[in-house]
Parts: sequence; structure tokens; C-alpha cells
Amino acid sequence: MSADVIVIGAGHNGLVTAAYLAKAGLKVTVLEAAPQVGGAAVTREFVPGYKVSGAAHLLHGLHPTIARDLDLARHGLDLKAQRVSTRSLLPGGQSFEVGTDANSIAAISRADAEAYPAATARLGRMADALAAYALHTPPRPDVAKMDWQSKLNLGKFAWGLRRLGKKDMLELTRILTMNVNDLANDYFESEAVKGLLCFDGVLGLALGPRSPSTVFNLLYRLSSLGANGQGGFLLPKGGMGSVAQALAKAAQAADATIRTGAAVDHILIEGDAAAGVVLSTGEEVRAARVVSNADPQRTALQLIGPRNLDTMFVSRIRHMRMNGCAAKVHLALDGLPEALANARGRVVVAQKPDDIERAYDCAKYGRVADRPALELTIPTLSDPSLAPAGKHVASIIAQYCPYRLRETSVNDARHQIGERSLAVLEEVAPGLKQRVTAMEVLTPHDLEAQFGMTGGQWHHGEITLDQVLFLRPAGQAQDYRMPVPGVYLCGAGAHPGGNISGAPGYNAAREILKDARAQKRVMGAA
Amino acid sequence: MQQSYDAIIIGGGHNGLTCAAYLAKGGEKNGANKLKVLVLERREKVGGAAMSEEKYPGFTYSTCSYVCSLLRPEIFRFLDLPRHGLQVIPYDINSAPNPEGEGIIYYNDHDRTRESLRRHSIRDAEAYDEYAMEISRHCRFIKRTLLMTPPDPTQLNPFVQNRINPWGHREDLDGLLRIGREFGRLGERHMYDMIRFWSMSVADFLDQYFETPRWKGLAAASSIIGTALGPYSPGTAYVLLHHYMGEVDGQIGAWGFARGGMGSVSKAIASAAEEAGVEIRVNAEVEKIIVKDGKAIGVALKSGEEIYGKSIVSNADPKRTYLKLVDKGDLDAIDPDIHRYAKNYKIRGSSGKLNIALDGLPEFAGLGKESAYGTIDIGGDFDYIERAFDDFKYGSWSKRPFLDCVIPTTVDPTMSPPGKHFMSVFVQYVPYQLAEGPWTPEMKAQYEKDVLDTIELHAPGFKKLVLHVQCRTPWDIENEVGMTEGNIFHGELTLDQLLFNRPFPGMGQYRGPFDNFYMCGSGTHPGGGVMGAPGANAAHEMLKDFKRGVVQ
Repeated sequence: MSADVIVIGAGHNGLVTAAYLAKAGLKVTVLEAAPQVGGAAVTREFVPGYKVSGAAHLLHGLHPTIARDLDLARHGLDLKAQRVSTRSLLPGGQSFEVGTDANSIAAISRADAEAYPAATARLGRMADALAAYALHTPPRPDVAKMDWQSKLNLGKFAWGLRRLGKKDMLELTRILTMNVNDLANDYFESEAVKGLLCFDGVLGLALGPRSPSTVFNLLYRLSSLGANGQGGFLLPKGGMGSVAQALAKAAQAADATIRTGAAVDHILIEGDAAAGVVLSTGEEVRAARVVSNADPQRTALQLIGPRNLDTMFVSRIRHMRMNGCAAKVHLALDGLPEALANARGRVVVAQKPDDIERAYDCAKYGRVADRPALELTIPTLSDPSLAPAGKHVASIIAQYCPYRLRETSVNDARHQIGERSLAVLEEVAPGLKQRVTAMEVLTPHDLEAQFGMTGGQWHHGEITLDQVLFLRPAGQAQDYRMPVPGVYLCGAGAHPGGNISGAPGYNAAREILKDARAQKRVMGAA
Repeated sequence: MQQSYDAIIIGGGHNGLTCAAYLAKGGEKNGANKLKVLVLERREKVGGAAMSEEKYPGFTYSTCSYVCSLLRPEIFRFLDLPRHGLQVIPYDINSAPNPEGEGIIYYNDHDRTRESLRRHSIRDAEAYDEYAMEISRHCRFIKRTLLMTPPDPTQLNPFVQNRINPWGHREDLDGLLRIGREFGRLGERHMYDMIRFWSMSVADFLDQYFETPRWKGLAAASSIIGTALGPYSPGTAYVLLHHYMGEVDGQIGAWGFARGGMGSVSKAIASAAEEAGVEIRVNAEVEKIIVKDGKAIGVALKSGEEIYGKSIVSNADPKRTYLKLVDKGDLDAIDPDIHRYAKNYKIRGSSGKLNIALDGLPEFAGLGKESAYGTIDIGGDFDYIERAFDDFKYGSWSKRPFLDCVIPTTVDPTMSPPGKHFMSVFVQYVPYQLAEGPWTPEMKAQYEKDVLDTIELHAPGFKKLVLHVQCRTPWDIENEVGMTEGNIFHGELTLDQLLFNRPFPGMGQYRGPFDNFYMCGSGTHPGGGVMGAPGANAAHEMLKDFKRGVVQ
């Protein structure tokens, strides 16, 4: 069996790459170890009759260009679904909602209600300006070696920054490296509003609100809520698996082959270049180009293997920070407590910055947070098909549950993060515990085992300033090409990074096509 | 209104004095336009935080700053400081005691350090070569930016004319290109490392090279001194450079003691300034900067006296300058954002100081006698320092603090009676205010006890040697020296407050919001440490403005 291109892993980025390559006329085979496509973008039945998005549960980053190019609406993805707002639950039955209802902030703080729209709009503008680089290949830092395309992209990018105006531009240079706690203090006065901002700054990181670089993570998140994403949070109908299904259909419609249950053992390298892959069954699948949707560490250290790479590159990849810190808690509920009865959107429980900071302190020393910060959705409120009639599921992201545990065993950690998340929730939504009929907890170790992401880090490497742009996954490999000719990286471990955006897959496809065309020209000339 | 001075400098710290000396000499070329300069100092003598004082009979304490290395050699030479009595005695050793085993010793000499590391880990010893190479690459790059006015990336158009540049200028563009060229020289491979280095945490950085926990803790020390960050916080790696970018007598990376305490540095600069014609008035506290029609025209002293000058320079930190010395109304008339910038300026004090008179030389656990001749860093691994930071985060002093100790009397007998010693203990972390409220005498006593207990743990028998302790919190330092919140750098040295953003976005070129108003303290580029660079750089910009006729 052979193909032009093999894509290892049918995660959403792998499917995007496959679809674009197939559309360009290449013969593409996607090999997926799991019995279904999607990787971490999957809808799973965790208790008979109850289904939930396995990892990410809110869609916001899917790049509109990709949705349009691949015509995902035609392939069954409903992006017109209503945008949902974010509600922060506070003790004593209080809560406030952002985005839709400024009055609810006013009940907490009048000054913050006034400041909030302007502050988020300003941050949004900056995030949009930065996100303009999402669909470009990161440049080489050496101007002398930069190609004209990068120069053009950088020029446009700089122009976009310039258009922010001098004040915003200077503010951006100030806040870019800052910690989100300081930013929250600069902008707001109430602990509750600050807490929500801080939560968005640390989500997906093994850092606390007082750690520098968390504002960058906030901007990264905001960028997907603007013109370079879906403009808000969506709860996809049928769970996150429906996104993967639509992408798979788009790829198949362009004649890509998808094989599930085909685990790749390693990449076949002949004469210092990719020749195909070897499956765990021993079967060889040959192709001149192999694209890995796996994370950078898995790709370099397992699929390619250190002996095929130079030590510098191996060392850089080894030191990529992949300490997953978020656990996923799934609840089967036989009803909803009053506080959550209408929680159609995103619910955050992070009452003040110091709560999050203390939760992080635990993780810093390898323990599960005593009082985790939570993001929760109840998808059954908008899509009842996910649970038996009258029943509900709750999908919770709980931070922090570190991958690098010190004295706690994985089993204890799983138990602790589940119980502690429930305890925190019970405070703001009394009566929830009694409604729980079944619970599933996925610690970073479980996420690693289920979805193959090293460290259970669902961005395939934390989104911090030292791991983005041309440092992602590592210097001199930022153009989606791995050091072995013919091997590419298309997952979230490449620029621009995580979230269900498809952008790394899109960029990787462009670079692969560039190489394929160049080769064709050479062959043609010969 | 009589303008008797070309420049009035508020504050006689080392930067104020350096700025004064440069102005009075008319810049490095000993130019034609030598200015008439007045320095106003609140206290009874100049020096600010570079000060020697006798707080216990027979002992000279370096009350705040305590070691010397960063003072730019260009300034040292130009002001001819040795002739004015400054002698810096280099020391060679930096060590970490270990109550549970052998301590760690770092030498200035590369090979000796490697040999010393070999006793703990052969891998670390081998990695040390690679590590030292990377560090010196970063140092070479950063050093070239120290004595340079940071270019403003929003002002690159060479044709824009404004008050300061009536004919347009290309200094910002040139500056940026110069930095770009330096960067280009690194070669692509090292470019990635450098950019990463600027944003990563010191723990991540050192983990790439080393495995011995206590050695990593010692190496991380210089990147957390004076900061409100822990070793696991991103953005701490580059602060390491502070340890390596200095020099003593041309010996790169060396540190030294100023003979007679750090006050000798200020004294020598003051002497150089006075020789150049600078007038220094002590006991002259400035209360307000007088602004008229958006122009700084003079200062009002606490005594009621008003002094007018062509230009006003503040050596005080940005927060004190813009929130206390300047009227909010005057600021708002220029731009209401400036007041907000000043309010949001990050200047958390995080360090305390204990000055101790000792009856004899203490011995440190796991170290030989030679270690007393240099810096002794009492701490442990990353976790030790991070836990000290955790205490501080929530408004308490570190119960087990990280301590940077020196005993300058081992090489400088002028500071104590024979056989006795002065020990300077820099305490990290101590908050400006406690979570429960302001410092009380009981709290301070407890803090002092915690520090002494920590030393005793690493130097058994230490407490019996103690003759006198001067214990200071950031609050004390603010009240004595005037640095807001006792922050030793006049504002945190995080990336958001460096270069053209120091002190505030858009004001990174030593000019204040008013005409004829300048900043010359550590709150401007390149920041804190007894470096003198902000003072010298500010003087350069001012002389340019005088020459262009912007200041009249």
C-alpha cells in the first residue's frame, strides 16, 4: 500500500491537513490509532446513555477561513448555533455574566461594569492584531535569511499593529509579557471580575495568575473569540466529535483515505529521508511524505527516534514544557440544582485571583489543588440528545491537577480532583452532589493514555512566550518541517498552537504543497 | 523669577550625582556647554541607597546596597573615580552552605568552578562550559544596550517633527537598527536561544543544564534578588545577567567591595561632580515641582524656598515623582493617562536587610573558611526559594528566607575594629506591608528572629557572635531612602517595564511629560543596581536638548 502523503493521527489538525492536501490532488492516507477519528475532539459515551466531549468542550478557535474552505457546514457542522455567554458563580447565590448582561456586573461593582466593555474591547483589538499571524508560517528571526513571503507577512503584521494607534500599541508592548493578576488589578477593582480574567489567563497552563506570560495566554484565548475564530464560545451540537466528523467528511469528500485502528509504531526512514511508516502490526505503508499530528515530543522522540535527529534538536524538544495541569471531570446528573438550571453557556468558578493562585501553588509542588478552579458546561441544556430524557451531563475542566505529581499516585490524584471539584461546585450550586449518578475523571495521565498527548498537555505544549511563533515547537523547525526530509508536523505543537483551530494543520498543508510543487518542478525539468 | 541654574537635580543618589557630574562636564567630550547644576538632597548627606553609616560604635555599615560590580566602567573612567577615593576590592568566591553535607562553591575563575562542580556532579561540571558560553553570549548583547537611550518602536518615522526634534530625526530608527545588527551577529541558532531566554523562567533555564539541586538554587539567586517573582516564574531567566554583566577593573563578571562601604561610591561621584562645579545642597527636601504652562520651571522646598532653573531632573523613583512631587492637575493637563501609568507602575518592595556587627568570623556549614571572603547565599533548591516567595505572595515575610550575605570586613579592615566583622544580610522576600496591615514592632522582631534562625541553621554558633543588629523592612527603606515601597530597583525589572517602557510606555527616553523635565534614576533604562547608567544616559539626552535649543 502506498500514498503521496501519510498523516499520522486523525485529530482535527491532521484532518485539516489531509483535507487541504487531498483537495490539491495529492493521494492522502490518514492513519488513526483509535477506533474513531477526532483525537481529543471526540464525543464519548462515559456512562451508558450519557455522552460528552472528551477533552475540549467549547468551540471558539476554529478558523473561519478553514470552515469556509472546507465547507464544513455542508459536511454537517452547525456553526450557526447560538454563541453562549460566560457566567461566573460566586458564593451565596451571587453570580454575574459577561458579554451579554453588563447590569449583572454592576451588581458586583459599578466601576467594573463601566470598565469591562472598554477593557475587553481593547484587549480584543490587540488580540486580533496578534492573531493576524495565525495563518502564516513563523518567520526565521534572521532578517538576512528571511524569505520574501515572511517579509511581506511581517510587514502586514507590523502595519496591523501600527493601526492599533500609538496608545494601544504601547499598551500592548507593556502588557504582553505581564502577569494577568497585575493586569486585572490595573483594569478592575472587584475580586470577582479579576478572578474571571485571571482564570482565562491561566487556563491550559501550569502557571498561576501571578506568573508572567499569563496575559499572553489571555490574549491567545481572546484572539479566538474575534475575527480569527468563531467570534464567541459555541457548544457544538452533538459534542466536539461533530467537528471531527465534519472535518473527516470534508477530507473524504476530497478523496483522502482514513484508516482507523491503525496505530503507527514509527516513521520509516531510508537514506536519511522519510519513506513511510510502520504500523504496530508490522505492516509498512509507504509514502515520500509523512505528516505527524502527534505532539512534538512523541513525534521526535518516538516516531522519528532520537538516533535520526541531532542532539541539539532532541534537547530542545525534550525541554518543551508539556506539564498538563487540567483534568476533565464528567458528571451524569439526574437533574440540575437551581443555580445551574439555566446554565446554557460557560460557567466559571474562580472567585478571586488568590483562589486560583493558591490552587496553582499546590500544583507547583506536585499536588492536586485543594480548591480547583473550574470551567463547566452543561451541553444537555442545548442538546438533550446527549443524555437520556430528563437527565443531564456536566463537563468540567478542573485546574490544577498536575501531570508531574510528587507524592500523590495517579489514582489518588484522580480521586482527589474529582472530589475536590465537586466540593467547590457544591458551594456555589448547592444540591449538585445529590444529583450526581455517575462520575468520570480524566487526569492528565488519563488524557495522555487516551489521546496520546504527552504530559496530558492539550495544547501539545504550553502557550507561553518562550514556546510560540518561531520557538514552536523548537527553533529551526518552526516551518512545520522536521529535521528529517519529508517529515512534517501539523499538530498543535506547531505554530500557532492549541485550541480547536485547525490553523497548524492549514499552515502545514501549505508548506507540504510548496515542497511537493517544488519537487514536481525539479522532476519536470529533469 | 531668577533662573540661577541650568539644571536642578532632585535627589543625590548615585544616579543623580552621575547625571550632575556629566552635565557639569558638558558630556563625555568635555563639551563647550558645561551646565550649572544644583543637586538637592533631602537627607544630611548624599548617596541615597549607596551609603555607609556608623550605626554601632566602631562599625561602618553599608546600609542598603552592599556590593559593587555593575557600575559602568565607562563612568568609572570618565569621572576618574579612583582619584576621588573609590577603590573596589574584587572578591572571587560565591558559596552556598549546606547543613546536610558539602556546600557549593562558585569561583570567578571558570575552571575552578568546573572543578568545584565536579565534586557534586560530573554532568554538571561538563554542562558548565556550555552554560557559561550561553550566558556570556547574552551578556555581550545586553551590555551594548546599557549606555544607550532605548529606541521607541512607535516613533520610527524619521520625518516626524515634534518639540524635541524640530527637524525630525532618525535616532529611534538608528537605535533599533543597531540592536537589530547586534542581534544579526548572533547567528540564527543563537537567536532562538536568546529570544527564549528572555521569556523563560530561571528554573526551566537551569534545568536544561544542571542536575544538582543546591547548585541550581545558588545559580538562580541572582535572578530573584530584588524581584517580586519566584524561580518558577517565567521571565526570571534574563535577570541572571545582572550577576554576570558587571566587572571590576576590567575583570568581567567580577564583584567587589567598595573600600569603606558603598558610601564611598557616592562620595567619589559627589567629589567628581563638585570638582566639575556642581553645587550640592543637603537637608533640602523638595516638596513640589513647579510647573507652568506645561513647563517645569523650578522646585519648591519643604522650607518654603523656591528655586528656579532651566531644567528639572528627578532622581526619585517614577511613582514618587509623578504621584507626590507633581500635581495631578499638571499631569492631567498634558495627558490623563500618565497618572494612570504612575498608579499602575509595578514597584513592589520584596527585600529586607539586616546589618549585623559580629564579634568574630562565623563558620558556615559545609564550607571552608575561604567562603567568608565572598558572597554566602543561604538558601537551598528551587523549592526552598519558591516557598520563600509563596510566603511573600500572600503578604508575609519568608519564614525561611533566601539570604545573600557578605562580610566585607574580611578584605576591608577600615569598616570594623580589629577581629570584629560587619556582615550585610540581604533578605528575600519581605513585603512592604503585611497582609494584616502595616509592620508592628512585634512583627519586625519576629522577622528578625526568623532571619537569624535561618543563618544559625547554616552557620552553627552564629548567634553567639552577634553584637548588634540593624533590621530593616522595605517600609523602613522607603522611609529612610525614599524609594517607594522600598523597591531597590525603583520599579520591578520585568519585561513590561524595561527599555522604552521604563518607566512608562512612551516615556522611555529620560524626558518627562513636561517641557524641560527629565528623569535620571533607576526607574529609567537600564534600571537598578549601582550602575550609574541611567544618570549618564539622562545627561546625554539633556545635553542634546540644550544643544538643540529645546531647553532655553
